[in-house]
Amino acid sequence: MSLSAKLKYKFMKDYGAPALMSLQGLKRRRSRPTPSAFGPPLESNARLKEILTRHYYLSRFVPGVKKVAWVTSGAPVELLRVFDFYTIYPENHSALVGAKKQGAEYCGIAEGDSFSQDLCSYARIDLGHMLSGKSPAGKLPKPDLLFCSNNICQTVLYWYKAISQELDIPLIHFDAPFVSDRQSEADIRYMAQQLQDMIPILEQVSGNVFYMSDLEAVLKRSQDSSRTWGNILKAMQAKPAPMTIFDAFGHLAPIVSLRGLPVAQDYYNILAEEIDDRVSKGIGAIRDEKYRLIWDNIAIWYKVRYLATFFAERKMNFVTATYTNAWAETIDHLNIKDPWNSMARTYGQIILNNNLKHRLGLMRRMIDDFSVDGMVMHSTRSCKPYSVGQYDLRKAISTSLNLPSVIIDADIADERVWSEQQIQTRLEAFCESLEDTNRG
Amino acid sequence: MADLFFGGIDVGSLSTEAVIINSEEQVLAEVVLITGVNGSEAAQKALNQALELAELAQSQIAALTSTGYGRASVPFATGKTTEISCHGVGAHHLFPSTGTVIDVGGQDSKVIQIDDRGHMLDFSMNDKCAAGTGRFLEVMADRLELELDELSNPAYITGPSTPISSTCTVFAESEVISLLAKDTPREQIVNGLQRSIVNRIWSMVVSIGIHGEVTITGGVAKNQGLIKVLEEKLGQKLNVPKNPQTVGALGAALIAKRHHSDSTST
Repeated sequence: MSLSAKLKYKFMKDYGAPALMSLQGLKRRRSRPTPSAFGPPLESNARLKEILTRHYYLSRFVPGVKKVAWVTSGAPVELLRVFDFYTIYPENHSALVGAKKQGAEYCGIAEGDSFSQDLCSYARIDLGHMLSGKSPAGKLPKPDLLFCSNNICQTVLYWYKAISQELDIPLIHFDAPFVSDRQSEADIRYMAQQLQDMIPILEQVSGNVFYMSDLEAVLKRSQDSSRTWGNILKAMQAKPAPMTIFDAFGHLAPIVSLRGLPVAQDYYNILAEEIDDRVSKGIGAIRDEKYRLIWDNIAIWYKVRYLATFFAERKMNFVTATYTNAWAETIDHLNIKDPWNSMARTYGQIILNNNLKHRLGLMRRMIDDFSVDGMVMHSTRSCKPYSVGQYDLRKAISTSLNLPSVIIDADIADERVWSEQQIQTRLEAFCESLEDTNRG
Repeated sequence: MADLFFGGIDVGSLSTEAVIINSEEQVLAEVVLITGVNGSEAAQKALNQALELAELAQSQIAALTSTGYGRASVPFATGKTTEISCHGVGAHHLFPSTGTVIDVGGQDSKVIQIDDRGHMLDFSMNDKCAAGTGRFLEVMADRLELELDELSNPAYITGPSTPISSTCTVFAESEVISLLAKDTPREQIVNGLQRSIVNRIWSMVVSIGIHGEVTITGGVAKNQGLIKVLEEKLGQKLNVPKNPQTVGALGAALIAKRHHSDSTST
């Protein structure tokens, strides 16, 4: 570790990043006005932006100071935290590119290098970033280690393999057997063993030593943050809901990419306080909440604002989503006293690694708990594990609960897949059917 | 009291339709025009022609609903509703026992399930692809040097057919070109095309299910060959309106009337 790099990193962390944040603050005051259909915006938005900007900004000064790991959203990152890796989440970065409406450009770079257009757009954007060095976050540090888990999809393994080969760096894969019925003890042992086997490699790459007490501390923070996040989502059961799911898509970032770090816990404490305050004062995310909806699948990052406004103008608010819930759903399986087995239970049973019967049960409970009137499913080109089964789920839910619903075809980050005219007609027809059903 | 009149305008991708009804829900005028490049102009033109036929002035129209992909560009509309709801209401009005509506329009096709009041319960729509739509047939007719009327000749359906495997309009066109190069008789290709479009529609029918009588709407309902293939597949007769193109505009006019009486009764 070079002393000058370490000093520079420390300087940027203590002085450079805060100075940048105050500049961001000036810029923010000139931001776009909120459409009148919405209630007052969340004050925590400013803090969220600060945290994320700082995270990406500081990552530039990390090489030579800390080892960098690129991690998938469902991987048990707590283990890496013990070794003080600076973690970058390519999925989070690709979502950012998507939200900036630059997805097609980055995807195009990967496609130009012979990656198929049928490949997940998160992967294509990340590969496009790798190949071109471009990033709306300025510059991402090159990884020293790759860490993925197939508990969200199989694609991550091949995507990370491509990076591993290109950069000639180690790739650790956490193999989570799909839960077709229930997790077997053998599955749990298999996963727990893998986690312990990773320690020597992580020690070697990071140059740091593993201490069980450190892991326990990280797991505790991770669990606390996930529970706070879960409580924030639960607060949306209030009528009117204090935030929309489109807000939650943004506030999800720390629990995904900063999980296990004190900054994430601090942030969710602030957000939880604001949300509770809004609930007690009856402040809604939209001015006049008449209908409450559930969202299924990942966000359409380049159309979040469009969709939020479309529904708010029709007095409709998304109050829950299977997607945002994924980082809170299995956290109660975590047991600090039995870290390896309980991490296997927590990470092995997340929604995308669990069967459709489980998902159906979960969605029915959410519809009930959150007093949901209608359902919008995003069938996304990129994510097959999330999109396969939606037609059956929709049929099962619509028939048994008599719930108006619609499926829209789009993509998470490649805006070329979005066909506004067709999607708008589908969504308007869904709204007409929702209003008809409630008119009786 | 003077009679009240209501209008419906359906600005579709290929054609624009206008319908005027009276308070008895009788159709006084219906007009079909090519949309062209300017949807709002086409809407105004269609309305003017319908007013002329009905011998009314625009000021006599109590309410008018616009629908179709250009529904937002009809400045004189008092409301707008999706074509999905409009086709449901229109089909129910013409054939009250309808439970399923198959609408095959210029750029999209859809299957709509309606209840006994004509309210939409569920629908399925083609994805971002013109296969299974009027545009698909236009492209193929052009390639085969046939008029649309000739292409829809039901006599072709009885003979042998050449399967067209591509569901994409562009690929299906190249498939037709290669079949023509191999001297495949045109009638066989037409038969294959009709079956291919019905297969596309069929997957939507299956996802919604067949409920009671089935009514077909949209310009493609004039295609008698296609109707024949579809009826074979359904195993039941289809309700075919006399003017299938104007069902959406009729539904829009009926919705305008409904909204008008809702707003005046409260």
